[in-house]
Amino acid sequence: MQLSVRELAKRYKTGDGVGGINIEIEKGELVTLLGPSGCGKTTVLRSIGGFLEPDSGDILIEGKSVIGLPPEKRPTSMVFQSYNLWSHMSVYDNLAFGLKIRKMPKAEIRGAVADALKLVRLSGFEKKYPAELSGGQQQRVALARSLLLNPAVLLLDEPFSALDAKLRHEMREELREIQTKTGLTMVFVTHDQEEALSLSDRIIVMNHGRIEQIAQPHQIYDEPASLYVAGFIGKMNFLEGVAEEGGIRIGSLVLPNGKELRGRVTAAIRPEDVQLSANHGTEGVLKGRVKQIMVLGHYAEVTVELAGYGIIRAFQSKEAMQRLQAGQEVGVSISKLTGFPVEEAKAN
Amino acid sequence: MLWYWKHVGPRRIVEFILLTIFAIFFAGPLVNLLVLAFSEKWNYPNVLPQIWGFKWWEFVLAKDDIVSSISLSFLIATLVTLLSIVVCIPAAYAFARLQFPLKRMFLFSFLLTHAFPKMGLYVSIAVLFYQIGLMNTLLGVVLIHMINVLMFMTWIPTAAFRNVHRAQEESARDVGASPFKVFRSITLPMAMPGIVVASIFTFLNSLDEAQGTFLVGIPDFKTMPIVMYSIISDFPSSAGAVFSIILTLPTIILLVAAQRLVSADVLASGFQMK
Repeated sequence: MQLSVRELAKRYKTGDGVGGINIEIEKGELVTLLGPSGCGKTTVLRSIGGFLEPDSGDILIEGKSVIGLPPEKRPTSMVFQSYNLWSHMSVYDNLAFGLKIRKMPKAEIRGAVADALKLVRLSGFEKKYPAELSGGQQQRVALARSLLLNPAVLLLDEPFSALDAKLRHEMREELREIQTKTGLTMVFVTHDQEEALSLSDRIIVMNHGRIEQIAQPHQIYDEPASLYVAGFIGKMNFLEGVAEEGGIRIGSLVLPNGKELRGRVTAAIRPEDVQLSANHGTEGVLKGRVKQIMVLGHYAEVTVELAGYGIIRAFQSKEAMQRLQAGQEVGVSISKLTGFPVEEAKAN
Repeated sequence: MLWYWKHVGPRRIVEFILLTIFAIFFAGPLVNLLVLAFSEKWNYPNVLPQIWGFKWWEFVLAKDDIVSSISLSFLIATLVTLLSIVVCIPAAYAFARLQFPLKRMFLFSFLLTHAFPKMGLYVSIAVLFYQIGLMNTLLGVVLIHMINVLMFMTWIPTAAFRNVHRAQEESARDVGASPFKVFRSITLPMAMPGIVVASIFTFLNSLDEAQGTFLVGIPDFKTMPIVMYSIISDFPSSAGAVFSIILTLPTIILLVAAQRLVSADVLASGFQMK
């Protein structure tokens, strides 16, 4: 394992903190810590980087514990959200600083700096000062500075969150490209689920200082491990149902569910797994009435009022949408759901 | 001339008048001082001196106690600046970076030295100095000068240190620098403009200080401003003018140097209470 975090715990005086954090990351993986602000993702990252000393637990990098080591002694490197660069130094000096400390010969430093700048597509920027660079360029220089130290684990603390949406998108693609080229192990912290889904090999979803799920992006989306994850990632409908043999019953529908559940359950249903049809009288559909149709480009979000079950949202294609109108009675069928015990819903 | 005024409009005329008044008030005494310093005979009602010359320059520079007061003043100003750097810069760093109880109150307490009438403060300090034998000593004079500059020497560098973002220090740790190396290579250089401004201010303040020196340093420590008093009372005003110019020169040189180094907002940020 390139990075192992074992039973990490850290409590702050305010009562916030993290606990029971177990993470195993393999060499060359890009793993995202995803969660709302205050969920503890940055605490975990800063503990790995050595900027925070955890209360208990262990952190191993390439098999060796780094607990107790200051940041400068750890084989990690961190890119911060902002204020990464030293404004009194040129880009070259910013990049060379760490290498000079490592007593690398000057000629080698020059080569390494040029290579790193090329990797982040800023060749020839050596003599510029941070104030002359745009926000995106500054973050690229910071990335280059970390890259040329060839860290065992590269830590990224919301590095693109201060950039505008378009640039953020570009930087994401670029980071993925650099990761493929260099094969570096990366831990990326973000609160932006789109960023996490598009960037990661695996996602660690955190909430209230605990890990909710560790899985590949498509698993996180398709098989959320908890009600929290189901609601946090993407759009989701929640309907009440009853667990019985063979699956979960919602009205006249019975749908298979992977987990063994009992009694009342909350069923999480993706809007794309909801189908609408004109024949609302038949078996195997729920009766509903179209409340609203919102066109979102190549598809539409249709809000349907279900008799006795509240509201359900369905994504419909353009063609299907043209057959619908507000106030119309429709039959609603569901192709896939994930069930959760009701107790869990209350806990969240 | 008239066509010009018609052209520029009344707004410009008001501006011009204001500027002229300002220039007369501001530059008038300085011009007078300059002319006075180079005049050997200048009687009323002549607008300009009848005889120009360097007589009073020779006179001033030939007097031993004047020349020695210049070197003494510079020695004291240098000592005061160095000592306040040693005392205040670490304090400023602590105010900017560390959390401790009553921090704001401590920072604010530096204002106290400027809240009282100076003479009252100096007299009470002089009483203390008598008891511990610091009257008429170099250390006594240096200490009384330092009291004047404590506030600026702490506040301005505190703001300068605060402007160094924590992530900038952490990045340096991250790439392998020890805490000491981070301070020397990152924090201190980034805060340097503020420290330089405060130091220049301290130096000039010490050069200019007369009240405290007069009380504590007499009779052995006669600095330039002290000697200035006796020259003004004992000799023609031309001698005083020459001496004022000598006293002003380092101020002008240092201010020009400071202006090149830092922008006004660095100075202004020294007075933010956070």
